[in-house]
Amino acid sequence: MTSARASSATSPRSPLDFPSALRESGVVALVTFGLAFALVGFRAEDVPGGLDIRFRFDEVMAVTAVGFIGRFAWILLRQGRAFPVAVTALPFGAAMVAALLGPLYAPAAKLERFVVFGDLVVNWLLAIFALGFGGRAAWLIWHEASSITPEAREERMDRIGAAIQQASRYVGPLLLGLALALPFMPFADRRLLDIAILVLTYVMLGWGLNIVVGLAGLLDLGYVAFYAVGAYSYALLALHFDLGFWTCLPFAGIMAAFAGILLGFPVLRLRGDYLAIVTLGFGEMVRIILLNWYKFTKGPDGLSGIPRPTFFGLPMTANPPEGTQSFHQFFGLEYSSVDRIIFLYFLILALAMITNLFTLRIRKLPVGRAWEALREDEIACRSLGINPRNTKLTAFAIGAMFGGFGGAFFATRQGFISPESFTFIESAIILSIVVLGGMGSQIGVVFAAILLIGLPEFFRELQQYRMLAFGAAMVTIMVWRPRGLLAHREPTIRLEDARLKSASADSGGQPP
Amino acid sequence: MSVPATRAASAENALLSVEHLSIRFGGLVAVDDVSFTATDRQITAIIGPNGAGKTTVFNCLTGFYKPTMGRLALRHPSKGEFLLERMEGFHIAQTAGVARTFQNIRLFPAMSVLENLIVAQHNMLMRASGYTVLGLFGSKVYREAEKEAVDLALYWLDRIGLTNRADDAAGNLAYGAQRRLEIARAMCTRPVMLCLDEPAAGLNPRESGELTRLLMAIRDEERIGVLLIEHHMDVVMGISDHVVVLDYGKKISDGSPQAVRDDPAVIRAYLGEEEDEDLPPEVARDIGEERS
Ligand SMILES: Nc1ncnc2c1ncn2[C@@H]1O[C@H](COP(=O)(O)OP(=O)(O)OP(=O)(O)O)[C@@H](O)[C@H]1O
Ligand SMILES: [Mg+2]
Repeated sequence: MTSARASSATSPRSPLDFPSALRESGVVALVTFGLAFALVGFRAEDVPGGLDIRFRFDEVMAVTAVGFIGRFAWILLRQGRAFPVAVTALPFGAAMVAALLGPLYAPAAKLERFVVFGDLVVNWLLAIFALGFGGRAAWLIWHEASSITPEAREERMDRIGAAIQQASRYVGPLLLGLALALPFMPFADRRLLDIAILVLTYVMLGWGLNIVVGLAGLLDLGYVAFYAVGAYSYALLALHFDLGFWTCLPFAGIMAAFAGILLGFPVLRLRGDYLAIVTLGFGEMVRIILLNWYKFTKGPDGLSGIPRPTFFGLPMTANPPEGTQSFHQFFGLEYSSVDRIIFLYFLILALAMITNLFTLRIRKLPVGRAWEALREDEIACRSLGINPRNTKLTAFAIGAMFGGFGGAFFATRQGFISPESFTFIESAIILSIVVLGGMGSQIGVVFAAILLIGLPEFFRELQQYRMLAFGAAMVTIMVWRPRGLLAHREPTIRLEDARLKSASADSGGQPP
Repeated sequence: MSVPATRAASAENALLSVEHLSIRFGGLVAVDDVSFTATDRQITAIIGPNGAGKTTVFNCLTGFYKPTMGRLALRHPSKGEFLLERMEGFHIAQTAGVARTFQNIRLFPAMSVLENLIVAQHNMLMRASGYTVLGLFGSKVYREAEKEAVDLALYWLDRIGLTNRADDAAGNLAYGAQRRLEIARAMCTRPVMLCLDEPAAGLNPRESGELTRLLMAIRDEERIGVLLIEHHMDVVMGISDHVVVLDYGKKISDGSPQAVRDDPAVIRAYLGEEEDEDLPPEVARDIGEERS
């Protein structure tokens, strides 16, 4: 790209240090072997009369070889020797792809003989890996550049982040327009809408958690607790007092905010890892209480028959009870079961947008700025007279409140809740969305939710590999861009705005 | 206000009076029975060799440490007397009007320069925003308060010459600019007492000169008391009205810059016991400069 980078890259080539390269690859192979031995080495098999353990020698050896070769290729690339990597990895990857696709398109060629592993997905991963290495090598040869420095990459990604942030002024409304139009698209079937509702739920939760983690910098691993409190608050209020969704929604938020303050108090003095551990414990506590307080929560049986939301009092059912009208009757429409889904879709879209607008607004208010200042330096905050206790508690409470709204929506959508829906993995996923998207970035959360929730839902067929891909994506991001995909912070006030504000009112003489 | 001639640093009209301040960490007595006063419209310098306990005195004044013993009385010109040793840290800055900077700069590095100055006015803005509720709906009271905050921030930006960097992240500023920003941020809390912990550390001579002028301007125009910890003796001797010298947690000298400079106890503390006590003050000063 730029000439500056190219010139720094064409440094004189030092001779390749073979022994140390081999040693490094050997170490990696050894580690791989150890891991593979434990993780894939043994397989329990059904044999007549019970289970038998088979040792999978071939697989372990193959994985170890991949580790060795992969590391060696990586060292070669690092030292600017892209050519040998390109000429081996590219053909290998291409051959793998051909061998994998061969049986589908040209069964006669019997290409599957050349496939390395028994497992289809592992083969694909290997092919992609090889092509990735080869492609990178080819790119380096093309640009005559060795790998760029992490700083330069960080800077470039930052520029991309800034550009997207700039563009989000247009991308945001565009996405909103798309989201509004989605249910009316010809391809919008029930499955797509269900996935969209799920994605939007996580977008909302991500935005809620972003207040706590992204703005206030309080690492919360127990966010799902507030989701659970919201869901159970709504379900219990609705079932015991026969209240509707709209009446209960504020209560669900208030209860969750209260739970947020309850969590906030004991963790006021904690930071970083310690805070994360306590919040994790809090999340588990809430789940275990829900599980064991049978009289109140029906424990593992869960709560069923949770009322569905109504459209301004009109239920979304085919056959409303005697004397009431349902949505389709009131509007004189044909009954369609998709209507209810579309209604739910717009409901969560509205809730998510409220969360977003609230966050955007509060960022520019003193409390929002204090949250960010607290994230940056708590001691400096105290020296400026900012009360860290109240500031943290409001962050916990407001973040929790949106979790509670999300929970109430979840309960009304499912009609049934049980503690199983509120396990730690949910907290982890929501946090991953925030971290992956870029802490504090609103649009990043949307992309990350689509990436982490939407795509895996579409590829349900690959079920067991979803979590693998999920983990791989997280690790890649953490290595490649620790601050998240779109982490770019836009100031809450710019000099021009400040000058406008300053000039807007009358004379406004010099301050003392 | 009384005229400067009658404003001797006596206990009654002092802005701050520190009485018998002691603090111990385990076996170490970091500050040992230190008493001094500081007056408004004056720069009071606290000097002393490394580890003398200067920063610890600041930490007691600003509520970061609770003193083991002693009384820290601040006479606020409009709000009456505060006993700082009984107050929580943020409360001291919020109500008693004591602002500080840190020896290792503590800005909000990811926030913009302008935001740093607006965050400093948090309490005023928080009240005006009806503790966020009114602010969410954009009430007029809040907008006026925000305008006021912006005005003050722009004023200080101009004073420290950083207007053209207003939108940059504070962490991206050069070292000297960060030091000035930290002072401006402290001033944006509208303090009656400003505590500066080694503001000239790491500055080049030109920046150091600018800083000196800024501090004198703060003293004369804002009419507040300034407490200054500093190792650069030319800065200290040039601008302070009153110097307190600490060594191993004890106060060893207190008086005008000239008196302190000539005090044999001070020379001994800076040069060590075994050195010749009769070194001329100029030499002592030069050696003091080199140490920083
Ligand atoms: N929190 C603490 N716990 C234990 N000892 C402390 C603590 N804070 C300061 N001290 C000790 O108190 C003594 C005085 O430290 P202080 O930081 O006040 O020195 P200083 O005069 O500011 O020195 P310098 O010029 O190097 O900044 C030192 O011996 C230091 O180790
Ligand atoms: Mg110090």
